Amino acid sequence: MDKLIVDLKEQIAVQLKLKNIKPEDIGDDEPLFGAGLGLDSLDVLELIVLLKQKYKLRVTNPEDGLKVFKSVRTMAEFITANGVQNT
Amino acid sequence: MKTYIRSTVTISPQKTFNNPVFLNELTEYTSNRLTCIEPDYSEAIDPKLIRRMSRIIKMSVASALACLKDAEIASPDAIVTGTAYGCLEDTGIFLTNMVQENEEPVTPVAFVQSTHNTIGAQVALLIKCNRYNNTFVSSGASFENALLDAMMLLAENNTTNVLVGGMDEITDMSHIVLSRMGLYKRQPVSNLNLFNTNSKGTINGEGVAFFLLENTPSENDLACIDGAATFYKPEDIEGIKQHISAFLITQHINYNDINLLIIGNNGDAKNDEIYERLRQSVFNEIPSINYKHLCGEYPTSTAFATWLGANVIKNNNTPASLNNNYSPKTQINKVLIYNHYQNIYHSLILMSSC
Amino acid sequence: MNNAVFVVGVGVISGIGNNVTECLDALEKGKAGINKINYLRTNHRDLLPAAEVKLSNNELSAICGFSPTTSRTAMLSMIAAKEAWDNSGVNKLPALRTGFVSASTAGGIDKTEDFFTHFLADKTKGKLRDIINHECGSITNMVAEKLGIKSHISTISTACSSSANAIMYGARLIKHNILDAVIAGGTDALTRFTLNGFNTLLVLDEHYCKPFDENRNGLNLGEGAGYVVLVSEHVASLLKQRPYCALSGYFNANDAYHQTSTSFDGDGPYMAMAGALMMSGLQPGDIDYINLHGTGTQNNDSSEGAAIQRLFHPHYPKMSSTKSFTGHTLGASAGVEAVFSALAIQQGIVYPNLRLEEPMVAFPFAPETAFSKQQDIKHVLSNSVGFGGNCSSLIFSKL
Repeated sequence: MDKLIVDLKEQIAVQLKLKNIKPEDIGDDEPLFGAGLGLDSLDVLELIVLLKQKYKLRVTNPEDGLKVFKSVRTMAEFITANGVQNT
Repeated sequence: MKTYIRSTVTISPQKTFNNPVFLNELTEYTSNRLTCIEPDYSEAIDPKLIRRMSRIIKMSVASALACLKDAEIASPDAIVTGTAYGCLEDTGIFLTNMVQENEEPVTPVAFVQSTHNTIGAQVALLIKCNRYNNTFVSSGASFENALLDAMMLLAENNTTNVLVGGMDEITDMSHIVLSRMGLYKRQPVSNLNLFNTNSKGTINGEGVAFFLLENTPSENDLACIDGAATFYKPEDIEGIKQHISAFLITQHINYNDINLLIIGNNGDAKNDEIYERLRQSVFNEIPSINYKHLCGEYPTSTAFATWLGANVIKNNNTPASLNNNYSPKTQINKVLIYNHYQNIYHSLILMSSC
Repeated sequence: MNNAVFVVGVGVISGIGNNVTECLDALEKGKAGINKINYLRTNHRDLLPAAEVKLSNNELSAICGFSPTTSRTAMLSMIAAKEAWDNSGVNKLPALRTGFVSASTAGGIDKTEDFFTHFLADKTKGKLRDIINHECGSITNMVAEKLGIKSHISTISTACSSSANAIMYGARLIKHNILDAVIAGGTDALTRFTLNGFNTLLVLDEHYCKPFDENRNGLNLGEGAGYVVLVSEHVASLLKQRPYCALSGYFNANDAYHQTSTSFDGDGPYMAMAGALMMSGLQPGDIDYINLHGTGTQNNDSSEGAAIQRLFHPHYPKMSSTKSFTGHTLGASAGVEAVFSALAIQQGIVYPNLRLEEPMVAFPFAPETAFSKQQDIKHVLSNSVGFGGNCSSLIFSKL
């Protein structure tokens, strides 16, 4: 789980082009949307693609995505619960 | 349809952005590809918003916002852009991903930002401008159509000012493809020596230029745009002369009223033959300057030429760096920009002092 | 400035027919053009339905005269623009300043896709003829040349509102006395680029789309082209046939809310509709039929519906989304729907909104579900909304 969280932060920073934020600065439980990193609905779609590409997991609607993408930890939990880690 | 240029900003392969001195020194390139000199965007655009922007979007948004700031206008009555290629970088990213990933889901942001209206839309979104918003993608007449749209808007009701821009970018892929089409010089050449090469091909260019146009004069206007026209694939040199003469008639001027020509020579021997034949006939005795050694050849280069014309009129002189031995005997009242893009679209933009 | 601009010719090709007659017939019979993808080579063909024009590139080539290796976008454009031009009778009048203003979002990207497959493997590979007409503007130029039009050629691209803006621009070129006649509209072929693009945005319905239904689940893409021939009052008076209608109002506004979504209250569509009404001098109650943008996505239909409620409550005109027939033809959609709007006025038609089961509960109005003729349709409002907040509305009026 810890390695997964570290990997995820790295992948999120790349996918969302978070140039001014170091991956390790993203808190495990920090809200990804709203106040936290200031991400928006297009980023939800980018994260859905990330899960599909790196973890072969399908999130079909953006509303479900919002639960999965609450924080890096909820993403990691979703991946652990639903699929095989693939990196 | 006389319109007044309140402000103009360009990002080009020359030091033109945030530079208070008009082309005081020229930047030399020795390859066949000129690249825009980009500013530090941290002052121009909110860092949070810049994250997803491709290079053309950043350059365009920074120029548009600076142009509005110079004109002291928070939100214009219309935003009109012209771009032949649109957002090539994002288009290339999405296409590449799509092919390489075999149509598995790929980055949606690149798709969204590949649409040609992204620039006009981003500017509107950033300044919350709900007004008229349009984008022309008319090859070598994209900027001219944007200009014509702006001029018509200013003659209609409810529009007193329009932000109008022309922009195109080079990407690594577009340069390879356009080079394969044989558009550029095969041997290294200095852009500053472009017009002495007498060989095949030109140099690839890019740039962004924005203008804030108004329909009433103010104290700070740089120059006026009196009219713009394009014509498509003229039959021969006589056809070109006829179009130019007809344009001057609609503008109620004669050839000898023109104080300065800004001409689209691009260093390709065949391309430039048209300009030479005009210089030997209808343009005979009219002083002229070239501009594509500064910005390279691209479909919306006339936006850069218009920026150049506005500053020449404002300064009542051409920059010494252009080294053209031109010293105006009188006020520079009328400047005509004549350009053709691959002999497909020809364009005429008439500018005047205010 | 000249004031009146008339529609004197129409031409269309879409998933429901290759010309005006075929499209009208399908609209009357309630026959949607949405099917399993048949012509486009894509991995999504079994999963994502679309409304393709029912002709291969070879068959299109035989009709329009372009080589079969030409971009499908150009071939669709040529067929519809030629139909409109011939239909107008303007081509028989001498010495007019005629323009071609065409809109597109995809341009020649269908061929660029072919090019890229080879180019990415080896930068010296890929046929240059496949990429030479990548630009939207090149597609317009090819068609204009074949139509013999040189006076003015321009191309507009404002995402899904593109051809509404082409029609506006064409009308304004006439009003400013720059041109006498303009063929205006738009074209877009179904391409892998747009299909995959919309798929990553999760807005494609895997079933047939249900615009303005409570249980709508996204849009189906379509392809096609639609053009109207616009002329000045003087040119209209020279023609034997009566104009279809006048273009009495138009307005372009920007929602300035989000890159791909429209604001919850539909500010952009509201401003576009209200602005077009003001220009035409009409009241909301004067509109007899609204051709909705109605893509079938959650966001569009909520937002457009909210704007309609703000403007028309409590008296709602008849309305429907013909995208339930043609799919969303993107840059062509406002051109296709302008043709349908002109025909609605000429023949007194209200088109049905197919597959509507449960109208959206948020609104006190519902689209029409049956085709009806012999209505007195005096004024039609046609809406378009695009990425980047680009919203445009057109109003067509009976003479």
